Amino acid sequence: MTALGLFNYWAVIVLMMVGFYTLIARGNLVKKMIGLNIFQTAVIMMYVSFAKVTGGTAPILVEGEAAEGVLYSNPLPHVLMLTAIVVGVATLALGLSLVVRIKEAYGTIEEDEIQDGAW
Amino acid sequence: MRDNLPALLVVVPLLLAPVAALVGRSKAAWAVATAACWWSLYASVALLQRVRAEGPISYEMGGWTPPYGIEYRIDLVNVFVAVIVALIGAVTIPYARKSIAKEVSEDRGALFYAAFILCLTGLLGIAVTGDVFNVFVFLEISSLSAYSMIALGQDRRALTAAFHYLIMGSVGASFIVIGIGLMYVMTGTLNMADLAVRLPEVADNRTIPVAFTFLTVGITLKLALFPLHLWLPNAYTYAPSAVTAFIASTATKVAVYLLLRFFFTVFGAEFSFEVMELDRVLMPLSVVAILAMSLVAIYQANVKRLLAFSSVAQIGYMVLGISFGSVLGVTAGIIHLFNHALMKGALFMAMGCVMYSVGSVRIEKMAGLGKVMPWTMAAFVGGGLSLIGVPATVGFVSKWYLVQAALERGLWPVAGVVLVGSLMAAIYIWKVVEVAYLQSPDPDHEIREAPLSMLIPTWILVAASFYFGIDASLTASVATQAAETLIGGLP
Repeated sequence: MTALGLFNYWAVIVLMMVGFYTLIARGNLVKKMIGLNIFQTAVIMMYVSFAKVTGGTAPILVEGEAAEGVLYSNPLPHVLMLTAIVVGVATLALGLSLVVRIKEAYGTIEEDEIQDGAW
Repeated sequence: MRDNLPALLVVVPLLLAPVAALVGRSKAAWAVATAACWWSLYASVALLQRVRAEGPISYEMGGWTPPYGIEYRIDLVNVFVAVIVALIGAVTIPYARKSIAKEVSEDRGALFYAAFILCLTGLLGIAVTGDVFNVFVFLEISSLSAYSMIALGQDRRALTAAFHYLIMGSVGASFIVIGIGLMYVMTGTLNMADLAVRLPEVADNRTIPVAFTFLTVGITLKLALFPLHLWLPNAYTYAPSAVTAFIASTATKVAVYLLLRFFFTVFGAEFSFEVMELDRVLMPLSVVAILAMSLVAIYQANVKRLLAFSSVAQIGYMVLGISFGSVLGVTAGIIHLFNHALMKGALFMAMGCVMYSVGSVRIEKMAGLGKVMPWTMAAFVGGGLSLIGVPATVGFVSKWYLVQAALERGLWPVAGVVLVGSLMAAIYIWKVVEVAYLQSPDPDHEIREAPLSMLIPTWILVAASFYFGIDASLTASVATQAAETLIGGLP
């Protein structure tokens, strides 16, 4: 039961390791960026899982009589992750533009084909 | 304005960055960057004076009371770091004009200065903020702009260096976010002062050591502690000279500050050193960093690369000081933070002058430079003496404190390592000096001394490294007080 109840976190761990492995093991620079992005997405999922309150609803203010005893999920991790998503997008954009320039300078984006001791 | 100074310190450069990008012309962007750097120098020095006179400042961002809103909490430790960053920025920027004009193409100049200001903003932000998630945001602002500045180097290897740094830096930052998230889920707060109160209540839970570990690994990646330094040598070697001078003397220093802040303020010295036994990890690593990286530095043929490896060794000294966990040790770490910023800034700037005039910083190209570029090479020798730790230089002051701290703990072998590290520094500095002064210059090449606008900033740092080496009372008293606030708990 607990193992199943922690399903989100298992998914996070699996995604994180998939991303991390791709990042380390792949020689293709674009695949490295994909691995990095999967890794960062896992972190985002982890935060969103933190925010879940059992039985809680979306954190949008309920008004009137229905407001009595409403349980909200925690909105703060969501807000934090909006920032993290922006950072992730910026990192991805910068990383990919570096890949484009590496391709122009070296004619390849395979790590082991990049010459002159740059790696 | 006086009340809002903590926010303005960060906000003014942040707003000037897009201005620099929009003015389009390199010279105008440089003027904007100069304004941003000098403003932050003024603001941080004013804050330092206020903190020394009135004690820590707590600033509520947007009027939201902490711990709900973001708090900028400024005490002696972080204002000192902010002054270092702003000082190096203000000295580097006049230097950057000619150096960057030579090394970066004109159409990219304005964007370069925008990135420079953003990097400064991020580093200042990390220093002054009292909110752990804010730390991550500023860390990424400074890192992303640093990657793009490094990629502007002339050599195509700058691109792969920047890419490598981006990958490792992002992993480090993600580790920091995981650590922050785990702390948040246990305590429900992101405010550093609030965390410091709430963490001990839940310290028995296994999540807290995990958060601590993620944060430690993430930050040590950012500060390039051996063996997580792999991104640093190439990044420093192939970045434009002014960028190397700026980043080498600020980015890793701010990461060291983060380490101090998390170990001592957020988790508390007792948890870090008695429960997690941090010294048993950090001390061996920093000893290996000092010995191995100094040894590697001796065999480098590219002087910027030599200095980069020496930087990793010097970071070892700072972390060694922290790993003692005593007031004296942390004082040594903080003093060395300041001193290393001065001397490495001066050394990298001298190399930038060589790059400007000679077009290369390989040792064999520097034959006889002592005669044709006397001022540049004299600055290099000055910085080098400091790196070795000759008396009357700042390097001596930091090593004096470090050795004292080691002896206080009865660790004779560690004190020995500090001295052996100095000897090795003497070897690699001598390698350059020998070629520059004892060989005769190549008569076919006419090499001229670097322009004054580059020599003067270099010499300001060299002079400062001698001044604070002879009269260390200011830095020593600030560092001691800072160490006492850190170890004594909350400021």
